[in-house]
This record gives sequence, C-alpha cells and structure tokens, in this order.
Amino acid sequence: MIVADKKPIEEIIEEVKDHDKILILGCNECVTVCEAGGKKEVGVLASALRIYFLNQGKEMKIDERTLERQCDQEYLDEIRDVADDYDAILSLACGVGVQFTAEQYFSRPVYPGVNTCFLGATEERGLWTERCQACGQCVLASTGGICPISRCAKRILNGPCGGSSNGKCEISKELTCAWHLIVERLKSLDRLDDYEKLFPIKDWSTDRAGGPRKVVREDVQL
Amino acid sequence: MRLKYPSSVKIVRVPCTGKIDILHIMRAFEKGADGVYAVGCMEGDCHFDSGNFRARKRVEQAQKILHTIGLSGERVQMYNLSSSEGPLFAQIAREMTEKIRKLGPNPIKLAVKKAA
Repeated sequence: MIVADKKPIEEIIEEVKDHDKILILGCNECVTVCEAGGKKEVGVLASALRIYFLNQGKEMKIDERTLERQCDQEYLDEIRDVADDYDAILSLACGVGVQFTAEQYFSRPVYPGVNTCFLGATEERGLWTERCQACGQCVLASTGGICPISRCAKRILNGPCGGSSNGKCEISKELTCAWHLIVERLKSLDRLDDYEKLFPIKDWSTDRAGGPRKVVREDVQL
Repeated sequence: MRLKYPSSVKIVRVPCTGKIDILHIMRAFEKGADGVYAVGCMEGDCHFDSGNFRARKRVEQAQKILHTIGLSGERVQMYNLSSSEGPLFAQIAREMTEKIRKLGPNPIKLAVKKAA
C-alpha cells in the first residue's frame, strides 16, 4: 500500500487559514490502513480545526467526507454536487488522490493533509517500512523475494557492497543489509546458484529516470 | 459508601478504556466540555490486557493536539484505579474538577457565544 504520515496541524492551519468553507476529504484505502487519512483522522482533524478557528474568532465551515478512493473518477464524482459549497478541499489522501481531486475540481484549491512517504507494508501497528519503489521491472524472482531496489540504500543489483558489516548497512546499524537478507534467503531456498548470476545493467527508463510513467492496457480498455 | 463527588462530572461508560478514541475526546471539547478524564483499571490489571495502555496513549495524543490548537493539554488526563477504590474515584473527581476550575471554562463556549 501507499504509506503516508500526518502533516503537523500547524502546517495544515497555514494552508487553509484564508478560507471560509472547507471540505476535509478522507480516503478509505491505503491512508486509512496507515492511520493517516481515513474517516477517523478526518474527524479528529476537523474537530481540531473547528476548535482552533473558533478560538481565533474566525467562523469557518468545516465539513467531513471520506470517499472509497480518491484515485478513481467514479468515487470523486460523489462530491460533484457539493464541491461548489466549499472554497477549498483539504485532501487526506496520498499525493495521487490530492492531484486527482485537484484535476477533477479544477476551480477549487486542493491542499494536502498528509505527507506521502513510500510503498510499504505494516510490520506492526504503528510501524511501516518500505518494500517497493515501483521501478517498473521487477527483479524479485531472482533475489529470493527481497527487493534490492527499495531495501538497499544504493539500489545495487550485485551486492552486497563494502559498506555491509555483520549483516547491517553502513547508513544505519538498525538497517539490515538487503543483500545480506537476499543471500540468507537464497541459502534457505537452496538457490545460492542464483546469487552467482550477475545482473546485467538495469534499464532505468521504466523507473522515474524515464519521466512520468503510464500503463496502457488495450486488453482492458473499453 | 454514599460518597460525594462534584455534580459537574458526567460519566460516559465504556466497556474498557481501550474503547476510548481521540475522536471521542476531541468531540467532547468541540461540544464544550471543560475537561475530560479517563478512569481505567490499574496498569497490568486490564481484563483485555492492554486497554488502559491504549487509552493512556490516546489521552497523550489528545493532549498534544489540544496543546497545538491553543487549548491546554492539561484539560485531558488519565487516571488508573481499581474497581474497589470508590473513595479514590471521588477524590480524583474532586481533584480534576479543581484543576479544570483553575484553568477556567473551555474557550470554545465563549467563542460560540460571541459568534451567536
């Protein structure tokens, strides 16, 4: 899922302080799971902002709404009837949701309420870690299911590098070297032969190096 | 025991303090409560293992939010006591009431009155 973190309330206040009517728009997908922009977070933020602005003597209409997704037009259409009632939309979705909402409601300013961080997994409640950088050419089949692109600080394909010591990465003693994990996993799968195979130079054009990307699937297009 | 505690304290019963959410606390302040305190079981005695620890964390988060938006975080507190400590319950109610009285009323109530 896409992992996001809450923005400080002070920053959000700065974003919306000049508006009189705002809609706080949550998203039921990834940001709900990582407890940054779901229905509950929308409620807490709305309460906090109402209290703050009332306290400042400013009358501000702050409404709450949470959509199934903000990265799909059909769900964003659900606020088509009410969008005109607001001066601005504060989206608690990931960067995708914020942008797609801004595209659909072009005449309204749309502000982000979260910082979008990475594609990751929930290791435990309150701990999310990165697992994928969406490089566009998955190498997990050869690396024992452990991604050197997202989990190695240098993104190297033929590791480990000289900075790996006692299974830890040189950037932090807390961080396990991805290539250490790969070798251990291949060993347990009895596939160490795969480690001997050298990766050719990776085509990074499918990563961000090739500019903004798109997927066109004619087989599913209507 | 027929113990007395201030009539300003309104009790909201929950099955376990672990049920209390930051949202409940925030909504209480939005509706004009002067203070909120959670009374949970003694730490380590939770029937559901960690409900009272969860409540404490949420109370602390609510304190931080309130502090950020200009309301005193002191208005939210967490207390732990066992179910047989009626006198302590009454004492906590008096303590909290006194603390809130010193902090004054929830400024939201005044702001709403002004706006009306």
